[in-house]
Amino acid sequence: MAQVRVTVDGVNYADDVEPRMLLVQYLRERLGKTGTVVGCDTSNCGACTVHLNGQSVKSCSVLAVQADGAEVLTIEGLARDGELHPVQKAFNECHGLQCGYCTPGMIMAAVDLLGDNPDPDETEVREGIEGNLCRCTGYQNIVRSVQRAAQMMKPGASVPTESPAPVAGGN
Amino acid sequence: MIPAKFDYVRPSSVDEAVAALRDAGEDAKILAGGQSLLPVLRLRLAAPSVIIDLGGIADLRRIAEDGDRIAIGAMAPHHDVMRDDLVKQHVSLLSQATATVADPQVRHRGTLGGALAHADPAGDLGAVALALDAEFVIAGASGTRTVPASEFFVDYFTTAIGEGEILTQVRFPKYTGWATHYEKFNRTAQAWSMCAVAVALRIDGGSIAEARVGLTNMGTTPIRASGVEAALVGQQANEDSARAAAEHATEGTAAPSDADAASDYREHLARVLTGRAVLAAAG
Repeated sequence: MAQVRVTVDGVNYADDVEPRMLLVQYLRERLGKTGTVVGCDTSNCGACTVHLNGQSVKSCSVLAVQADGAEVLTIEGLARDGELHPVQKAFNECHGLQCGYCTPGMIMAAVDLLGDNPDPDETEVREGIEGNLCRCTGYQNIVRSVQRAAQMMKPGASVPTESPAPVAGGN
Repeated sequence: MIPAKFDYVRPSSVDEAVAALRDAGEDAKILAGGQSLLPVLRLRLAAPSVIIDLGGIADLRRIAEDGDRIAIGAMAPHHDVMRDDLVKQHVSLLSQATATVADPQVRHRGTLGGALAHADPAGDLGAVALALDAEFVIAGASGTRTVPASEFFVDYFTTAIGEGEILTQVRFPKYTGWATHYEKFNRTAQAWSMCAVAVALRIDGGSIAEARVGLTNMGTTPIRASGVEAALVGQQANEDSARAAAEHATEGTAAPSDADAASDYREHLARVLTGRAVLAAAG
């Protein structure tokens, strides 16, 4: 057993874990943070993306013990006082999801991208989320959502609500 | 899947890490950023009894100017390397190639030293280190030694790092003002290179005074395209010279055949990408 002390979504934890425990397992099975999902389990899909000390990582490719002393932010810690994060709002407004499985990882990747580059063009958005796969291939509205979030996050921005783009099978 | 059980050690200095490696014996594995090792452990392609995590050694993340070299700690993450001003100014080819590695999440964790020590022939950074004559600083029980890139890559996933040794630093000569480009061909955004070409040119008065060219995934190790280099020197940097030099791109290669590409297709790619890389570098 090894000890891990970690802050997750603003709460401090200290736990004994097996060294082989993955960060995503620790988050889901020990802390009950099931908002972070396991997708491919081979570090390709990015569904398990969380922030480790402010940077996006695939939590299936980090050991829980490697997060010792670190700060972790998951999709569950993004909203503040019941208010969704602008990226969450934008995914809602622009219908940036189909089945929704990739959404937690997409949003965490997008938050990291926008922290780095507050005004990305379409190519920069697509490159910024290249580590995240959408099995529904719904990238069009995901990219729109990220660009929308960028508008919403500009200082002093007040942007009107936009209806989602039509999607196959939608209204 | 979950890795097989192992003991975990997190030393806080290189000396401690070398001692831990000696104590653990040959069944130990070094953990750098973990972006290759953790998938391998999870798939149970490897089951070491001890993991020695270098993540606690802050010194190994430093990037610094050291005389006529840029010295990069083996644990410097790709994300730091590609954005570092010293690297951009003096080793721009490394900055460009690193930006093509995997995806942002992997670049936050993966490290220069880890990728080079792993020595996957489809990895992007070996060709750069080889083309630019990087030096590898390797620590062991009897001190440190320095290995030139030309002797570092030994075979498929095999380097000059010996038992009980740890790669601590990679040192690049300065190529300030050189024209550089890394041209990569892969099927999907985050995939490994099917083939890629690293080019650095010193252009003087419109003609190529010096050329350095490295190939990714054209053999069991990165390959220096000496024939291309020789064909470029003394030429004007233009489409004709690029195309003529690119005809030498497959000399000395042994391109693999796999599900992505047959070896003759890789040879075709090497020629095409070499031409593109030279022209892109020359701007």
